[in-house]
Amino acid sequence: MTDPDVPAPAPDPASVTGVVFRVERFAVHDGPGIRTTVFLKGCPLRCWWCHSPESQSPDPEILIHPDRCERCGTCLTVCPNGAVVEENGRFVTVAARCEACGTCVEECPCGARALAGDRVTVAQVMEAIERDVVFFDESGGGVTFSGGEPLMQPEFLAALLDACRARGIHTAVDTAGMAPWEVLRGIAAKTDLFLFDVKIVDDERHRKFTGGSNVQILENLGRLTRLHGDIRVRFPLVPGVTADDENVRRVAHLVHSLGLPGVDLLPYHRAGLAKYARLGVEYRLPDTGIPSGMAVKAIAERLAGLGLQVRIGG
Amino acid sequence: MNARVAALRQQSLDTEPWLSTERAKLLTAFYRTAQPASIPVQRARAFAYILEHKTIYIGPGELIVGERGPSPRGTSTYPEICCHTLDDFDVIHTREKTRFTVSPEARWTQERDIIPAWQGRSMRDRLFAEMTPAWKDAYEAGVYTEFMEQRAPGHTVLGDVIYRKGFLDLQRDIDAALAALDYFNDAEAYDKQEELKAMRIAAGAIIRFAERHAERARELAAAEAGPARRRELETIAETCASVPAHAPRTFREALQAYWFVHLGVITELNPWDSFNPGHLDQHLYPFYKRERDAGTLTDEQATELLECFWVKFNNQPAPPKVGVTAAESGTYTDFANINNGGLKPDGSDAVNDLTYLILDVIDEMRLLQPSSNIQLSRKNPDRFLKRAARIIRKGWGQPSIFNADAVVAEMVRMGKSLEDARQGGTSGCVEVGAFGKEAYILTGYFNLPKVLEITLNGGLDPRTGQRIGADTGTSWATFEDLFAAYRRQLQHFFDIKIRGSNVIERLYATYMPVPFLSTLIDDCIARGRDYHAGGARYNTTYIMPVGLGTATDCLAAIRRHVFERATFDADTLRRALADDFAGHDRLWRAVWNDSPKYGNDDETADGLLRRIVDTLHAIVEGRPTPRGGQYRLNYLSTTCHVYFGSVIGATPDGRKATMPVSDGISPVQGADREGPTAVMKSAAKIDHVRTGGTLLNLKFSPQALEGDAGLDKLASLVRSYFKLDAHHVQFNVVAAATLRDAQAHPEAHRDLIVRVAGYSDYFCDLTTPLQDEIIARTEHGGFDARPASAPEPAAAASRT
Repeated sequence: MTDPDVPAPAPDPASVTGVVFRVERFAVHDGPGIRTTVFLKGCPLRCWWCHSPESQSPDPEILIHPDRCERCGTCLTVCPNGAVVEENGRFVTVAARCEACGTCVEECPCGARALAGDRVTVAQVMEAIERDVVFFDESGGGVTFSGGEPLMQPEFLAALLDACRARGIHTAVDTAGMAPWEVLRGIAAKTDLFLFDVKIVDDERHRKFTGGSNVQILENLGRLTRLHGDIRVRFPLVPGVTADDENVRRVAHLVHSLGLPGVDLLPYHRAGLAKYARLGVEYRLPDTGIPSGMAVKAIAERLAGLGLQVRIGG
Repeated sequence: MNARVAALRQQSLDTEPWLSTERAKLLTAFYRTAQPASIPVQRARAFAYILEHKTIYIGPGELIVGERGPSPRGTSTYPEICCHTLDDFDVIHTREKTRFTVSPEARWTQERDIIPAWQGRSMRDRLFAEMTPAWKDAYEAGVYTEFMEQRAPGHTVLGDVIYRKGFLDLQRDIDAALAALDYFNDAEAYDKQEELKAMRIAAGAIIRFAERHAERARELAAAEAGPARRRELETIAETCASVPAHAPRTFREALQAYWFVHLGVITELNPWDSFNPGHLDQHLYPFYKRERDAGTLTDEQATELLECFWVKFNNQPAPPKVGVTAAESGTYTDFANINNGGLKPDGSDAVNDLTYLILDVIDEMRLLQPSSNIQLSRKNPDRFLKRAARIIRKGWGQPSIFNADAVVAEMVRMGKSLEDARQGGTSGCVEVGAFGKEAYILTGYFNLPKVLEITLNGGLDPRTGQRIGADTGTSWATFEDLFAAYRRQLQHFFDIKIRGSNVIERLYATYMPVPFLSTLIDDCIARGRDYHAGGARYNTTYIMPVGLGTATDCLAAIRRHVFERATFDADTLRRALADDFAGHDRLWRAVWNDSPKYGNDDETADGLLRRIVDTLHAIVEGRPTPRGGQYRLNYLSTTCHVYFGSVIGATPDGRKATMPVSDGISPVQGADREGPTAVMKSAAKIDHVRTGGTLLNLKFSPQALEGDAGLDKLASLVRSYFKLDAHHVQFNVVAAATLRDAQAHPEAHRDLIVRVAGYSDYFCDLTTPLQDEIIARTEHGGFDARPASAPEPAAAASRT
């Protein structure tokens, strides 16, 4: 861990830290080949359909598996910050008091508590990444930095990208594009492939369903297109939110006008629902169904008709 | 496949295996009137008698002919090895899995003719009579199994000899060896003479057997009304008149020659892993190419012949097993395992056009037998791997994949010449062998977690309270003390096992020579020595440790919780195990959820695994065998991990009493949570080159491997694993039925990966509705993995 009060004569990039909530090996849908995806925590958006709600807050936090909890109260007694309270017979963690020290996770006899997010050094992440280099080499794979929004931790991301480049590991950055241009430009110089999310073109609807404006995002995409040669647009298909005819048309037009080669369609799924319960957060699309295979195929064909390469799934 | 093949295949699938007492009757009749002779000559004459008198079967539509029994799926018994009781027959007839129909006549024959002649005289009787009480105690406790108590050693594969030589040529070789015997200076000259005479008789017997098929084919041709079939029967007659007396001249003759040889080997005795043509693509290629070039053989014809040949294997279920042997190998599969690709003797890429044709045949036939594998060298093209991967992806488990470069390295390390090693490959499950030149005999599985259980109980088997281990105490100051106690117990039981195996090898060498098999394996003729007595150029005796993953996880949990963290002490652990964790929920969660587990690329666990392997090697590797070879280790379990689990109480890794232990070198079921790359990294921490084979199971959902990208990833996974010098990997691509079972029994399926949406996840980590959704997707996926007919129930078991 770095101590900001102690000036370091030559800061070691390997000691830069960031918050990571998951490292997934054999991630085969976040870019070419067999990849390791590093999920950086923290996101400026709050998309209603987000399937990793634990990625949104930039800080480590406690997840509770209600189905595993046996109400023994161990967490309440061991928490050094008094952050665990009993509410209606359930033991919840008050985020404001929690320092995510992990004591309750370690002590919980039921395995009902997990820590989402860990402050780690670049060196630690690289150690995890290097484990699968033999698979990257053989498959033309590499590392994907995803999130959350990886651009929320620019120094950490930059140091990771530098470390990968120094080791000859292919990198991809999976981003929603919401960051100051200077940040994105700096990252672009170090990144081999961008997976760039385009969700909703209409700004009003974008604000409603993601909690943020898309002006900066679309501007960044335009600028990045002129600067970087390898960008895949990823378009989540959420029925009633992004998958309407009008939005599909506008996304297609946007991608086409930018001269980008193609789009990856990411059909909405409900895999993240349980995580909302574990975080004690409300899910805002309780009744949305997954798009039918037919519907996805129809959209894929529409986009392909415009000369775009379309892939279903990442 | 064409209508002919479809009909033959269907007949093979539809015919219930049944017990034939024909061989047993003929054998008994022979010995009733046999004139005195040396044991090898007597055995050879018995073999000749059986082949002279057994029923000759040539079925409608067949192109490749010959059956072990009187008709397809008729399965012989071998009373000289194992004389079944009437109770055995009743069990075999009525059991739910791997049953054989036993007719009232067969039962009566057994009672009237076979049992009186052989009871108390079989190898099984002799073997158990020769074992020490310590051996029997450990055997009954389930510390190890004994392969040779119901089946003969075998465990070998044919090289290229029969494609170069007919049995008339082999008889000339035998005559030359006889002529060269030095009766004045070689004290063994007489024994060699008798063995060589026996080989000569056996070679004549197989020629006669083929002639009888030629005669029968001529009779059938004469009676055949249809001109097309008449011509076919005439061709069969010509083929059988020529091979295997003479070296084959055509593709068809080569297949037929092998098939007669196969029948000879599995009629002479009931050897493990039946027999196997090994590198079929390489052996047949010269015939195929010559005829293709000359325009006398089309790919359609070659395919049809191969497919007829394939059906022949499936017509021969593994001879019925009972007792422990049935538990350790509960399958109809008889482990004929055809090798494809790999390397030529000169070290170059061996994949040829016929390799691809054979892969098509495997794909189309979808039969349990013959089993198939690819030998994948770094020199082989990706196209070859991907063609195999397309079949694997269909989810029925074949072909498995071997690292040809590692296989060669393993054999060279064991002392084979480079050329012999390259002509070798893998057979049975995963065992390496120098094809045509080696007797590599598996003696039994060895129960690693059971020995740990005995260690934890100071030498007592907690199931019986009997002291069968060394007295190594029940308290340990440090983890090192415990490990030293485990090592002592391992040494104790391996010593018992090896002492027994040394006796058993001598029993087979003395009383049960195999002169026919000996004609086929170098250098039995040159040495005048039987395959069972060290006649082969290379002789290896294997013991197969089972439950490596379970033993590792147990030790890792004990180290962490008893010694490092003092979460609980050894007495508390013993109590919890005795109670099968009932009332010890916290302790169970600690060992199951909060202990290092092998299979996650976690050095805390994997380092222990390596240490166990090193210990096993130090105890076993290189010890001399009576056949003049060495003891070695390989890591596979067939279905034995289930049997071994059934004799062990709860274990310190959180496994409940009687549940299966881990298989091969696979992680404990559900303990690997970091995905397939982590499993492969963990497994590759074993030095595979020092083994005689390892077995890794990986399970995928069909979605994970869909499309070209899925195929690429499968291929990359394999290439990467093999870059790490790994020996073998096989894939399960699971269907909805398995996923439903996973819902009902998640603890057994925790390693199942499914494609969720934009990512993959462990199936058991998903909510029930999502699981339901994925099950539905699997069914609607248009995934063409459904077999044309329902797979046999043993299909799952046969993959281990």
